[in-house]
Amino acid sequence: MGKVKCECGHVNPNGTILCESCGRALTEKAKQEKFVDMRYEGSARRSQTYNKTIIDKVWNFFSSVKVGIWIIVLLLVAASFGTILPQEFYIPSNMPAEMYYEDVYGQFGKIYYMIGFHDLYNSVWFSALVAALGVSLVIASLDRVVPLYRALKNQRVDRHESFMKKQRLFAEQEGTLQASEIEKIKVKLAKKRYKVRMENGALLAEKNRFTRWGPYVNHVGLIIFLLGALLRSVPGMYIDELLWIREGETLQVPGTDGAYYVKNNEFTLENYEEGEDPEVFDEAIDRVGTVAKNYQTDAILYRDENNELPGAEPELTEVQAKSIQVNQPMKFDQFAVYQTSFRQDEMKAMHFALTNKETGEEFGEIVVDLFDQQESYDLGSGYKVELRGYYPDFDGFSESGEPVSKSPLPNNPAFLFNMITPETPDGEMSFAQIRNTMEPLGETEYKMAFKNLETRDVSALTIRKDLTLPILAVGGIVFMIGVIQGSYWNHRRLWIREKEGRIYVAGHTNKNWHGLKREIHSVLNGTAIPEPEDRQKD
Amino acid sequence: MDKKKKRLYMRAAILAVLAGLVIYALYTNVTKESRGALEAGDKAPDFVLTDLKGETHQLSDYEGKGVFLNFWGTWCEPCKEEMPHMEKLANEYEGQVEILAVNVGESDFQVNNFAKQYGLTFPIAIDSGKEVMDTYGVDPLPTTFMIKPDGTIDQIVIGGLIQEEQVRALFERVKPSS
Repeated sequence: MGKVKCECGHVNPNGTILCESCGRALTEKAKQEKFVDMRYEGSARRSQTYNKTIIDKVWNFFSSVKVGIWIIVLLLVAASFGTILPQEFYIPSNMPAEMYYEDVYGQFGKIYYMIGFHDLYNSVWFSALVAALGVSLVIASLDRVVPLYRALKNQRVDRHESFMKKQRLFAEQEGTLQASEIEKIKVKLAKKRYKVRMENGALLAEKNRFTRWGPYVNHVGLIIFLLGALLRSVPGMYIDELLWIREGETLQVPGTDGAYYVKNNEFTLENYEEGEDPEVFDEAIDRVGTVAKNYQTDAILYRDENNELPGAEPELTEVQAKSIQVNQPMKFDQFAVYQTSFRQDEMKAMHFALTNKETGEEFGEIVVDLFDQQESYDLGSGYKVELRGYYPDFDGFSESGEPVSKSPLPNNPAFLFNMITPETPDGEMSFAQIRNTMEPLGETEYKMAFKNLETRDVSALTIRKDLTLPILAVGGIVFMIGVIQGSYWNHRRLWIREKEGRIYVAGHTNKNWHGLKREIHSVLNGTAIPEPEDRQKD
Repeated sequence: MDKKKKRLYMRAAILAVLAGLVIYALYTNVTKESRGALEAGDKAPDFVLTDLKGETHQLSDYEGKGVFLNFWGTWCEPCKEEMPHMEKLANEYEGQVEILAVNVGESDFQVNNFAKQYGLTFPIAIDSGKEVMDTYGVDPLPTTFMIKPDGTIDQIVIGGLIQEEQVRALFERVKPSS
């Protein structure tokens, strides 16, 4: 297989259908067709040429538009499966996914989880499909844009009459071209922004060739977009973390490597009151009870000046204070902190009163902070309470009789107190919970009576950083430029030549034939040059 | 060069670049979960913590000695089981292998109470901001990092060490060869 040399002398790449230079049909099939196929200017689509090595085979597979469309269809279908049930990322975190899906959605949920659809968009096969689409885009584009560019660059002005005869817009007539007429139409064509070239007495007027690159620019945009998405998995490019922070707490901002701390001063949830805006909200309030107006975390951001080593005592300097509301994030560096969720009334501290069981007399109240307990609480005049044990998530007693906490979270706090009074200087033991006291070491005269509970809200903040956004934006813009470039202009050409006493006229456009016809009409009107006719009635 | 050959090389090069990108994308996707996690052979990240007695401990100060770096919580049952073994061997291997027990951010009272109850004398520090815990990527408790005298991680043990012999074997592995 070698080059194809045309009668005009131009050497074409193997597989060429129409000579790049003069336009003569080079294949038997093209010679018999009524119209020439102008989609890629009859150029040699590279994939169609060689099919020997494995590399060629892979290349040919991905260069096929048919394959590309199949990949898109598969992606659409696959992506839709992920929307049937919520993805793993969105389910409550207090339950393992394998139990959650079966519990909530039954047998279907179990199968859904087993197939792996609960984390579909991160699955290897889904990523592989997206990757296949990217590869298909690159190869299919390269396979077409290179030969098309070559063909348009090499095209000659004086095309062979056989090429012109097979154009959709064509006319021929006896006669000769008048130099004065040529000059006149040249002016007219130039006014319509055609680039006019003359060679050997033949004329080629062409405009808007750039519109032919539209689809490829569009593909470049898509590829930039996919690369941007790929960059998300590069460390440091994309951070999306969740931080649960109680009122009053100061915590490290995850994702910042300890450089920043955030304090939650207060979390506020406001609802619309009935009558506040009756027309808008009263009906909804009647129907659903409450309508939220505002979720807000009053936060202070600090920078840690002593962040050399993990664990080092932080030295905090305030950077900014901000009321974070939904869609009103706190921004710093490349980070944004969003209000995401909340939990109201988490237990914070408990009040107990040292009480004489018989008389009911109280000898003072102690407040035990569930996050920072004291060893003893002095009530004065010989009354004192010692804390002997704290079980934040009390879950019964072990075999050895020791109270057991099943987690460090204060879900069901229990305390072992030693009560010292003037009458019981050695102390008495009381095991106290919210509404219950026990006497594990025998009958006592006093008890720790539960009085009160202090609660506070917990706010969930999302910390997000996304350096890929500018890349995605560029990809999107390039994509749109490609769409516009390919949609709003037409690549139009008009050929006029005289040969052996006959005038040949042909026109071609990649779309909007009507527009081309009108333009040709206004250019050729009033000349002896015949107007090409549309031979394909649609 | 022959054009056909040139084209083949061109195609091979383009496909290679694409394949590289695809493999990278799939690889980072698959390893997303475990990325940044420490493994045996890695350098143990340095940190500094203050123990219950108010003494500061910086990991790099222990170079030349083995370190038994243990993350624990007072509610965790297996932690309770391994503590007595740790206490015993800490004394036996004094000067050779040091124990550093890092509590995962509970209150002073709870940790002190626990230390008293089990009679623990080795340094115990509270990682109140969970910074060290995050740095070491600790999830289930207890997790123990055995750190060699040169500061690299010899082994990561997840779960309780029920037998004294298990603990002893770990100590033996990281004690400095004299």
